Amino acid sequence: MMKAIARPVAWAAISLAALAAAPAFAQEAPDALVKRVSQDTLTTIRSDPLVQAGDQAHIRDLIEVKLAPHFDFTRMTALAMGRNWRNATPEQQKQLADGFRALLVRTYSGALNQYRNETIEYKALKMNPDDTEVTVRTQVTKTSGSPVQIDYSMEKTPEGWKAYDVVVAGVSLVTNYRDEFNAQIKSGGIDGLIKTLNDRNKGAPAK
Amino acid sequence: MKPVAARIRAVPAAMLAATLALAGCAAAPSKDDPFEPMNRAMFEVNDVLDGNIVKPVAELYVAAVPQLVRTGIENVFNNIDDFFSGINGLLQGKTEKAGNDFGRVLLNTVCVLGLFDVASDLGIPRGNEDFGQTFAVWGFPQGPYLFVPLFGPTTVRDGTGVLVRVYAGPVGFIPYVPLRNSIYGLGYVDLRAQALDAGEVVNTGALDRYLFIRNAYLQRRRYLVYDGNPPPAIEELEEPE
Repeated sequence: MMKAIARPVAWAAISLAALAAAPAFAQEAPDALVKRVSQDTLTTIRSDPLVQAGDQAHIRDLIEVKLAPHFDFTRMTALAMGRNWRNATPEQQKQLADGFRALLVRTYSGALNQYRNETIEYKALKMNPDDTEVTVRTQVTKTSGSPVQIDYSMEKTPEGWKAYDVVVAGVSLVTNYRDEFNAQIKSGGIDGLIKTLNDRNKGAPAK
Repeated sequence: MKPVAARIRAVPAAMLAATLALAGCAAAPSKDDPFEPMNRAMFEVNDVLDGNIVKPVAELYVAAVPQLVRTGIENVFNNIDDFFSGINGLLQGKTEKAGNDFGRVLLNTVCVLGLFDVASDLGIPRGNEDFGQTFAVWGFPQGPYLFVPLFGPTTVRDGTGVLVRVYAGPVGFIPYVPLRNSIYGLGYVDLRAQALDAGEVVNTGALDRYLFIRNAYLQRRRYLVYDGNPPPAIEELEEPE
């Protein structure tokens, strides 16, 4: 009798465990994610007449839908802020992350229609199954000029892998903003940096 | 990001000397950039010269000269650079890289006079070595960061490297001066034209263009010195808790 009950209970327990683990197993590998998102975006750029016409609002929407969900903007902001991040209140942190996100989306929107005939090569990923941080390496070849290495620093999150830095030809996006953020904070405090970010996003020219 | 004028041959010598002399009296805000106030002034001078003369010329060049021709011109200059990359590969003991570079030059020169980059199509990578990197590998310190008008970002070490490259030729050996200067001019405009798109990114993305360009330049050079695998920076990226 006990056996008869024990077996279904055991099965139920096992299937529950399997269900709970399923998202982890089903989670798209970081390199597969980068490849899928990049190819998808490239295909859209090549075929979408609005992108080719340089419609900035449309391109921005595209980036919001296709690319932005795969970035951890809060961590990017925290890394660019360095030790100043801890001195910011949660409200300031949110404003900083929102401002930085908007700046990056704007910048990328402007750069996106420069892409067209590029091909992307995806390097083999070196990764252990239990890694929570990896670097996905790609190489973009243009019609002329030397190929450009673009590496994505990625972290594992409950919502899938997300990028927290992009390194283009050896130049880390996050590191590049570090001195700029520091300089702004030195002269105008954290609120000064928030203001500068917001002003830039409203179209004020860079210093 | 390459210094805009890795290919100008004549101007920088005097300019570097003047810059260094001027630099002596400035404050020291950053380890890499002790002459920041002076560099910022030079940056502004460059903005005026570039915005009014160099950039319009580069834009005209892009508008007037077909992509195919521009790519051909770029390839010819790159072919010369590859030869010097090979030399620098040897000076650093990187024989495999040097072999690739010399192989590339041989292939591209013999097959297509340097006008096309068949070597890249065959998968032979460019070494991207230069004298600045060689000095770095030999242990010379980077020296102060410098921003030189019409030349762009550099350091004392990299600037010295460019000077060595300038005197090594081969354009400088052309005896007919108008032709020599035309080639210098073409190389300069070609390089500036290649940087037009990047310039737009800086204009949109930077909070402070001077710092943005300085950081990008120093990061890029460090990456090249370490052949794409730089060790973690001394000041590691600090994680949020």
